[in-house]
Amino acid sequence: MAEFFITLIKIIVLFGGVLTVMAYLTYFERKVVARMQSRIGPNRTGPIGLMQPLADGLKLLTKEPFVPRRADKVVFLLAPVLAFIPALLTWAVVPFGPDFTVLGRKISMVVADVNVALIYMLAMSSVGVYGIIMAGWGSNNKYAVMGALRSSAQVISYEVALGLSLIGTIMIAGSLNLGDIIHAQQGTYVGFVPRWNVIPQIVGFTLFLTSAIAETNRAPFDLPEAESELVAGYHVEYSGFGFAMFFLAEYINMLTVSAVASVAFLGGWLGPAIPFVPAPINGVVWMLLKMSIFIFFYFWLRSTLPRFRYDQLMSLCWKVMLPLALLNILVTGIVKLFV
Amino acid sequence: MPVSWWPIGLFFIIVAGFAATSLALSKLVAPSRHNEAKAETYESGIRPLGEAQQRSDIRYYTVAMLFVVFDVEAIFLYPWAVVYDRIGLYGLIEMVLFIVLLVGAYLYAWRRGALDW
Amino acid sequence: MIAMEVLFVLFALAALTGAVLMIAVRNPVHSVLFMLLTFVNVAAMFVLLNAYFVAVIQVLVYTGAILVLFLFVVMLLGQQRRPVPEVVRSVQAPVAILVGLALVVEVVGVVVASAVTAGHKGHDTPQAIAAAGGNVQALGQQLYTTWLLPFEVASVLLLVAAVGAVFLAKEEI
Repeated sequence: MAEFFITLIKIIVLFGGVLTVMAYLTYFERKVVARMQSRIGPNRTGPIGLMQPLADGLKLLTKEPFVPRRADKVVFLLAPVLAFIPALLTWAVVPFGPDFTVLGRKISMVVADVNVALIYMLAMSSVGVYGIIMAGWGSNNKYAVMGALRSSAQVISYEVALGLSLIGTIMIAGSLNLGDIIHAQQGTYVGFVPRWNVIPQIVGFTLFLTSAIAETNRAPFDLPEAESELVAGYHVEYSGFGFAMFFLAEYINMLTVSAVASVAFLGGWLGPAIPFVPAPINGVVWMLLKMSIFIFFYFWLRSTLPRFRYDQLMSLCWKVMLPLALLNILVTGIVKLFV
Repeated sequence: MPVSWWPIGLFFIIVAGFAATSLALSKLVAPSRHNEAKAETYESGIRPLGEAQQRSDIRYYTVAMLFVVFDVEAIFLYPWAVVYDRIGLYGLIEMVLFIVLLVGAYLYAWRRGALDW
Repeated sequence: MIAMEVLFVLFALAALTGAVLMIAVRNPVHSVLFMLLTFVNVAAMFVLLNAYFVAVIQVLVYTGAILVLFLFVVMLLGQQRRPVPEVVRSVQAPVAILVGLALVVEVVGVVVASAVTAGHKGHDTPQAIAAAGGNVQALGQQLYTTWLLPFEVASVLLLVAAVGAVFLAKEEI
């Protein structure tokens, strides 16, 4: 029974944490992009605009949830839920810190310590594609259908590159468990360089980052919602909380990608001890720090790069990234054998 | 007994519950004013022409098919990567054989123009 | 242990409902979505059987890849409601009945066979799997040593699938 309540508490903390962080992600995105464009960004709601996410949430909740007459009602209403649920479920297997003991009970900082965690995450992200297709098809709107088709073709193409780019790290750890992958990165090269996978797997890391940005439909690969031609892509017809759910799913997926990138390539919660901070919290701090690097990178890209053309996007994936990923696996295999 | 998996089930129930309640809540709180023009599908301000659920391009099918093939290939690579330490050179050679065949399919698709958009 | 059986019945019922509705529903896109329900529940049943790797693969390949392909094909064919051609009635129906019967015989065979083998222990006991380091490790060890030939043949199958798809789609150039 105690086990059950501990898990319940972990889930609630995780759930609340992800939603809060996600809400403030939108705020930071607007602030960062504003600064990069010599603007100020939101600053009216609360001190320096800190209440902005709350105001946005309330606004979306009180807007009319609207279903177009020609839409396929059930599919239309299910789509945002189907995008949202897998996006959050992915988080069940992310480790945030080392195990610790409270009152003689060992507690791990992960909701479900699953031994196939890495593929579990990929599987969940592959289910997310249904939200997009159903939204587009269910809306019965030309922009939405076009956006959904493009988006799903893009997402599935980059999923291949994404999956292949992670194989190198699996070979190093010899496990699909995220905890094992982190433990395999303990120690240092030549005394001070951390033994993170990003060094031997620099190619894999670059491929992962690129395909992950395409997976999450973010700039410069945000073609499905290219506002200049497709208005908003698959979620044109959504308003109110249905729209909010797509929005939530997109930002949660960004966080997921950052978490996977930090775990697989930057040593997850590993990091030098901060004085006077207990080890578990130390781990969480490092994990969040590493994740925020990737999040910032996302915003930075968005305000720097123009959007790709669709044919460029597809040929980048199939003609450049796929062969590179296979080559990376081959080289990793040879190096592991002979070095 | 799937010991480590039940938290995922619990998590699923909580997440689905959250999604359902928040959608229901917004239905309760939000206004709902029906109007013929509003219920029309959005098409940049003009009346919608024809059906949106039209036939799609065959290129989407080709991409999906290639995706299935390479996804299955990736799935064979996961257990291989996990046990790579134990099977060593033998494993490397068999995987190279496996991938070389698929690279053949890949080159064929490239030459046929299936990778061009 | 009771919980396991309750869960099994729950997942099985959901999977069957999905399967039946998939056939019964008129709209092909809805059919695909009901199939999604079936596949996800089958994955959940794999989890109940401790086959974690197969469960995630079920989701990754079947729901994440093959069903997307089905959706694309359904959308490619479009929504036109054509009358059922005569060939379907005269040729396809008998063939479908035959294949269905064959499937029933197979399922019965599997059930009978499992009744015979029930209680017999194979090589891959839970202890053996745990000793190998888990599901994936045990599977990998077997697949890439003992079952090497089927694995390599799978790549031929994939080759045929890819070449066939590209050939059919790109016939004109």
